[in-house]
Amino acid sequence: MSTYKLTTPLTDEDILKLRSGDIVYITGTIYTGRDAAHKRLIEALARGESLPFPVKGSVIYYVGPTPPPPGRPIGSAGPTTSYRMDPFAPTLYKLGLKATIGKGKRSEEVKKALQEYKGVYLGATGGAGALLSQRIKAAKVIAYEDLGPEAIRELVVEDFPTVVINDAYGNELYKQPNL
Amino acid sequence: MRVISTDEIYSKMKQVILDAGVNLPEDVEMALKKAYESEESDTGKEILGQLLENAKLARKERLPLCQDCGVGVFFVEIGDQVKIEGEHISDCLTKAMVDAYREGYFRKSLCDPFTRKNTGDNTPPMIHYDLVKGDVLKVYFMAKGGGSENMSRCTMLTPASGWEGIKDFVVRRVAESGPNPCPPIIVGVGIGGTFDYAPILAKKALFRPVFDKHPDPEIAKKEEELLTEINKLGIGPMGLGGKTTALAVKINVKPCHIASLPLAVNIQCHSARYKEVVF
Repeated sequence: MSTYKLTTPLTDEDILKLRSGDIVYITGTIYTGRDAAHKRLIEALARGESLPFPVKGSVIYYVGPTPPPPGRPIGSAGPTTSYRMDPFAPTLYKLGLKATIGKGKRSEEVKKALQEYKGVYLGATGGAGALLSQRIKAAKVIAYEDLGPEAIRELVVEDFPTVVINDAYGNELYKQPNL
Repeated sequence: MRVISTDEIYSKMKQVILDAGVNLPEDVEMALKKAYESEESDTGKEILGQLLENAKLARKERLPLCQDCGVGVFFVEIGDQVKIEGEHISDCLTKAMVDAYREGYFRKSLCDPFTRKNTGDNTPPMIHYDLVKGDVLKVYFMAKGGGSENMSRCTMLTPASGWEGIKDFVVRRVAESGPNPCPPIIVGVGIGGTFDYAPILAKKALFRPVFDKHPDPEIAKKEEELLTEINKLGIGPMGLGGKTTALAVKINVKPCHIASLPLAVNIQCHSARYKEVVF
């Protein structure tokens, strides 16, 4: 198990050195997106439109933060459960998305996409929204403002703590429960 | 008749809801501390440490414990000797929640099920009423997160399935949920009643303090048995391995039809934000 500090945008080289269980601290610009925003992203692609952020080398954080209290860039901002974005993720990985940050299991299709397009799935600690928000230095809505907490935000993060759940080699950190 | 004004209910409940979002209940924090001390997996311990740190920070900075500030769930027990004066109690509770979510900078997480358009103010809350005997009004509030709610299930077992069938369903539900509902979890189990009543029993069970023992020793034993089985799964904090998958199992039982064995499993994440208020 290794620890890496990575700066966005991420490259294939960054991704290929990561293995399930590695600790990764992300610094730079990342984008938020959850259920409703993903649906719109995929609809936009179907209409032949471009995406509201540069997808190549990008990191999407599955989060719907709380509103920023006065004096803070963002409110609490921990990960949401990732499987709900599974139907949309492979398309985005194909377009150059390099990492998603969330919590919980992914589908076989997503795991296959990680191998095929050189991507990773990173886990952050669910329910630690107050703590994780300390690593977010700036936030602004860049698309779908009407979605409120589900709008796409551009975040500037510093040493955002994650762990590699699924790597680009088919490995997974979550073990099968002992039933 | 005892008269209680909705002004009083409003101001008390608004305070309670504001506090619930940022202040992890003492018993839940204690359970996390105990788990931190006894967890053998390094990663599990690390996660539990983060959760304790998160609770401390949230309390100090008045930041929501979790970005999912949840659906507002109320269980209201109104004594038949209580007269509520002022506005309709549902309007009063809704207003208390809306104002608390706005003033606390909490996330508004409710939407139309079809259009998915956010209602904008976290309405509507889910309010259940029980008319009971006496001159006391009790309001139970819970901020229920969506991730753990999504992992909850209800089923109609056959009477022949018995306790073994119940155990199997509950343990499998937790196993299949794995890391998704933010373990360590609290498992509310509703057994009996009808198709609609079992999930209510399960949700009500989640209002019992983490360390309380069921008054019926037979059921207390069953809770222990389920907790042991669940913690043998090895899912651990955030599903990264360890012996702390659940902090507690709470069972709530009611007689049922001779043909049925309704069963509901309501999963609560570690951010168990609940409070009982007695007026």
